Amino acid sequence: MSLKENFKPYGENAFKVRLSIRTALGDNAYAWDTNEEYLFKAMVAFSMRKVPNRETTEISHVLVCNVTQRVSFWFVVTDPLKNHTLPAVEVQTAIRMNRNRINGAFFLNDQTLEFLKIPSTLAPPTDPSVPIWIIIFGVIFCIVIVAVMLLILSGIRQRRRMSKGPTEVDDSEDKCENTITIENGIPCDPLDTKGGHINDAFMTEDERLTPL
Amino acid sequence: MACAPGPDPRGAGGGHERPSWDNRLQYLLSCIGFAVGLGNIWRFPYLCQTYGGGAFLIPYLVALVLEGIPLFHIELAIGQHLRTGSVGVWKAVSPYLGGVGLGCLTVSFLVSMYYNTVLTWVLWYFLNSFQNPLPWGSCPLDLNRTGFEAECQASSPVSYFWYRRTLNITADISDSGSIQWRLLACLAASWAVVYLCVIRGIESMGKAIYFTALFPYLVLTIFLIRGLSLPGAVKGLTYLFTPDVRILQSPRVWLDAATQIFFSLSLAFGGHIAFASYNPHRNNCEKDAVIISLVNSLTSLYASIAMFSVLGFKAANDHGRCLDRNILRLINAFELPDQSVNRDDYAAVLSHLNATQPERVARLCLETCRLEDFLDKSASGTGLAFIIFTEAILHMPGAPGWAVLFFGMLFTLGLSSMFGNMESIITPLLDMGVTHRFIPKEVLTGLACLVCFLSAICFTLQSGNYWLEIFDNYAAPLNLMVFAFFEVVGVAYVYGVQRFSDDVESMTGRRPGLYWQVTWKVVSPLLLLTIFVAYVVTLARTPLSYKAWDTQYVRFPTRQEKSYPGWVQAACVLLCFLPVLWVPAVALAQLLAAHRRKKDTGRDRCPKL
Repeated sequence: MSLKENFKPYGENAFKVRLSIRTALGDNAYAWDTNEEYLFKAMVAFSMRKVPNRETTEISHVLVCNVTQRVSFWFVVTDPLKNHTLPAVEVQTAIRMNRNRINGAFFLNDQTLEFLKIPSTLAPPTDPSVPIWIIIFGVIFCIVIVAVMLLILSGIRQRRRMSKGPTEVDDSEDKCENTITIENGIPCDPLDTKGGHINDAFMTEDERLTPL
Repeated sequence: MACAPGPDPRGAGGGHERPSWDNRLQYLLSCIGFAVGLGNIWRFPYLCQTYGGGAFLIPYLVALVLEGIPLFHIELAIGQHLRTGSVGVWKAVSPYLGGVGLGCLTVSFLVSMYYNTVLTWVLWYFLNSFQNPLPWGSCPLDLNRTGFEAECQASSPVSYFWYRRTLNITADISDSGSIQWRLLACLAASWAVVYLCVIRGIESMGKAIYFTALFPYLVLTIFLIRGLSLPGAVKGLTYLFTPDVRILQSPRVWLDAATQIFFSLSLAFGGHIAFASYNPHRNNCEKDAVIISLVNSLTSLYASIAMFSVLGFKAANDHGRCLDRNILRLINAFELPDQSVNRDDYAAVLSHLNATQPERVARLCLETCRLEDFLDKSASGTGLAFIIFTEAILHMPGAPGWAVLFFGMLFTLGLSSMFGNMESIITPLLDMGVTHRFIPKEVLTGLACLVCFLSAICFTLQSGNYWLEIFDNYAAPLNLMVFAFFEVVGVAYVYGVQRFSDDVESMTGRRPGLYWQVTWKVVSPLLLLTIFVAYVVTLARTPLSYKAWDTQYVRFPTRQEKSYPGWVQAACVLLCFLPVLWVPAVALAQLLAAHRRKKDTGRDRCPKL
């Protein structure tokens, strides 16, 4: 056909496609052969059929050439009735709208099935309605405020108890926690108070060897 | 025992007994927590890397022995003996030195302001770490969703998250912008946490310190174990720790080591004096000083091993991805089969292609990928934590968990340092009798936290980071060196080394030996004077400039070097000198008062003649 002979790979309505099958599938990679090419042409034709006024696009209208080992090739969509190639803008729009279907047919994604010159619409990030950081911030802040309140309240209660405390000690010394035994009006410190007591009047050399 | 003039050793409190630590461990942990701060994580590894790896440890240890430990011992001993905060202590040593205490209080206030702002940033990152994928891993999309935001594309997702989503920084310091409400909320939260822990002074702090001082060590160990198992970690460690002994010939190394020790131990803030003042009189402060200083230095070393192993992994990762990008370019240009060239074959394939088709290869603009270049990329301060390390975490499996651990560790590290800062403000205020008996301690601590919080709001402006750098560079260093110099000279010469040794003997039971006498009298003052002079000279020679994040800059994402406007330069000078002015001011006031008293007594005597 004359159009096929006139098809120049680097024409303005041609697109280069690059596949990275091994990167995407690793050991499950399939080989790129003429059957896969046929599927590709079918997908492109399918995409074009979705465009208004192009419902009659056939698989034979899609031409593929210059397949390399990479795998990369050029394709172009022709219109045999008018004997010209379809404008790039139309092909671009069609491919963009059906990108997911095309990717899915080959088990690839936007990065491993590249249409050079056709930018893909990137998926928007999934934003939860309330950002996570606000939730955790709220939790931490509430805990801190509650703890501060509790400490302040317990401090107030302690102070109120202390201001009432001295009047009760005279009545019942036995009821106090640290009973201070009094002999001859001189208080004797109990022997087993916390940390021990150091008698300042008596200092020996051994004292500094006393452990922590 | 020397009779010290000055305040009642029980501490001014209107008859209230001075609170004391529940046990010695709390006291040690508080001092360790105060000394071990963010600088141990992000300043020491950088210095190690810049100054010849393992060789840096030599000047570091020398500075520790000659300057760090003696000064530290002075602070602990004098606080423990006089049992009062920094203001009372220096007034007791000599009335003319009373300004030193007030200056320490002022510097502590200034540092508290900006230090907690750094914690605010850490908290913000911590809150954002509870999601997968991490928000600094990818760029946001631009308006028509075909590509990424231009600013992010030009720099990197981590830089974008730091400069735009966290700071929302302006291009110039004179453009203040608006208050960032996210940062304001986090600032309020971090001040609330600080208040919660210092609310009752050492009673509440002593309980909190068990967690805040020990948690970082746990996380560092986890990072160390994980880091060492990552690919590329060992190579990074050996490269970064390999000593380059020639570097010791440069005086700058010794200077930086001495400066680092000085700031690392948090000397001259008055915090250690405050902590020691709550000790029982009989406590071996000499052993404490040695233990805490050694723990601080060992922590720095431990942290740098953990950091370097992760950074080595990051360098190996970046190098690998650089190779992958080059390989992709080669494969695409020469239509080679997909995945046919792996990283090991790359060099051979490249040389083969270079030999056969050099012009096509030259047109590809391949990057040079050398592992050493990636290992040499170093940073200190916020750049290390928020840009470089966050990027390293992105590539570790289970990234959100590691991010949570890392920022949790940074937060607790900074928090325990904040305790020391707040105590160095609160303890002198309590001892000065600023509050009457009817105002409880909780209100005083609340007021202190509130004042600091309100003053720190200026750092939540869009230009806040630039101001924070100013505070970090000018408010603290010079003033602290001056105060430390006056401290050691005041104790060694004004108070008297003999009298001080008597005090120490009464507390520890052993008289300080020759090492202490020599360092207190000669070595430490000389060293301090030298580093002060060298620091001033270096400061005078560097032009006052800052690095601005300007998207309109021609060489964006490199930061543009701009010089400070006049009024900002005036602010820098003010910050440098205002706290120090307390010393001559108080000395002058005392001189005038003494002169007036002499005149009065002279007048009284006259009629008798």
